[in-house]
Amino acid sequence: METLLQQIVNGLVVGSVYALVALGYTMVYGILGLINFAHGDVLMVGALVALQVVLFLQKAFPLLGAVPTLLIALTVAMAVCMALGYIIERTAYRRLRNAPRLAPLITAIGVSFLLQTLAMIIWGRNYHSFPQLITTTPLQPVEGVFITPVQIIILVSSALLMTGLILLVNKTRLGRAMRATAENHRVASLMGVDTNKIIATTFIIGSALAAVAGVMFSSNYGVAHYAMGFTPGLKAFTAAVLGGIGNLGGAMVGGVVLGLVESIGAGYLGSATDLCHLPSWAQSASLIETCANGGSFELLSSNYQDIFAFVILGIVLIFRPTGLLGERVSDRA
Amino acid sequence: MPTDNTILELKDVQIAYGQIQAVKGIDFHVSTGELVCLIGANGAGKTTTLNAISGTLPIKSGEIRFAGQDISKLPAHLRLRQGLALVPEGRGIFTRLTVEENLRMGAYTRDDKEAIEQDLERVYSMLPRVKERLAQVAGTLSGGEQQMVAIGRALLSRPKLLLLDEPSMGLAPLVVEKIFEVIQTVVKEGMSILLVEQNANLALEFASRGYVMDGGRITLAGSGSELLNDPAVRSAYLGEA
Repeated sequence: METLLQQIVNGLVVGSVYALVALGYTMVYGILGLINFAHGDVLMVGALVALQVVLFLQKAFPLLGAVPTLLIALTVAMAVCMALGYIIERTAYRRLRNAPRLAPLITAIGVSFLLQTLAMIIWGRNYHSFPQLITTTPLQPVEGVFITPVQIIILVSSALLMTGLILLVNKTRLGRAMRATAENHRVASLMGVDTNKIIATTFIIGSALAAVAGVMFSSNYGVAHYAMGFTPGLKAFTAAVLGGIGNLGGAMVGGVVLGLVESIGAGYLGSATDLCHLPSWAQSASLIETCANGGSFELLSSNYQDIFAFVILGIVLIFRPTGLLGERVSDRA
Repeated sequence: MPTDNTILELKDVQIAYGQIQAVKGIDFHVSTGELVCLIGANGAGKTTTLNAISGTLPIKSGEIRFAGQDISKLPAHLRLRQGLALVPEGRGIFTRLTVEENLRMGAYTRDDKEAIEQDLERVYSMLPRVKERLAQVAGTLSGGEQQMVAIGRALLSRPKLLLLDEPSMGLAPLVVEKIFEVIQTVVKEGMSILLVEQNANLALEFASRGYVMDGGRITLAGSGSELLNDPAVRSAYLGEA
């Protein structure tokens, strides 16, 4: 039972980070029909910029507290990523707006490589340890279940950000223009909407969320690296597809569901594939001996947790390509 | 002839889709307060012309002047700000937005909150069926209701010139009647309208002037009643032998 609760906590934490990143994918897809494969690398840039700022502040202002240091780093990382998101849209995607769909997709992969290579040149190929500014001593709300203050902050702030985004999209004039542009660029421009501006804004918002996710990711795992955006990027994309790409609520649900499945799955994958569960006639002599001594022989350890995301992606694409919350694509007359 | 009172003027406008020349040099104008209609067969270039005036389609050559300015190069969203609104062919409703959100999109460029609310009330009074469905997602409306929302939405930008592309297409006669009632009301209030219609009989009946397009050219021009009584127009567009 503790294992399950613990894995749920872990799953919610990692799932809310996936959800923040998935929102960026789904917003851009909703408005342009483009899978922005460079989005995961924006997360990486956010984490590394934040790291750089933290290191600088610790050196220049050693008396500054942990919270202000982290907040300043986060603000700078968000600003840099927002600018980056704008530049990517402006220079790489805008001129391909009317090109066949494959062209911007390949360009997105190219932008991803470009960002990784630039980051490698700037920050090198090593793993950087991300300073643990907030105490990592875990709290124990329930006997045997641990949660760190960093994880609590991640949960609360991503919930706040997602609520803010939903309000922005559904209740404001900007959000209405975003939804109108997503549905029909041409008619939106007939309403006086500068659709280029709306599309740029979408990239900027998505990139800001990716920056936050990057800082969360690095704070939680304590590392930052030039290629760190790849796996969370791919998983967030999976989450967006799982929830129904183009659908904001779907990205949130997809992120959390994916985090939970991955975490719970990883928690039980080892013991579920323990060959000691096999009937004795199917076990070799050495295996019987290992098991008898209280050992185990796990075919798949929790290191295989990444397969869950992609198994899910496969299943969703086969059985429900529109995702959990995706609508059927139909326009009534 | 164009005068100081001219709100819209096209001078030798040519429009092409790639190699295909859709509009081959047309000249016409709309004066302030006029209802002008553009009639012609399918493929004559009427919708193409309206799209070019609204700025969603570039012109190849020529000039489009609106309220005394050359707007040929202006992007669509800035033309709306100048006072030019288009109700596009097929209505262009945002199907996933609610009816009220659709209408408010019409007032996107305005920030005079009180006046917007007043204008919304006016649209509701002109189109009572719209008011009953404000919270409904617009994609679930019938074609006639969608057309009313599209017209109401365009009016909310307070245009000087309203471009209407086939507002009666595919609609029941009662709905068409209602829509032409609204058109007459706004013309009476001084708005200028350029109307593209397949239903030439109905359009010419209300129009002060009309142009007949054929094969990308304007082949005939005259007052509404002149065209209505023109034997060539009657046989070609009014379904008479």
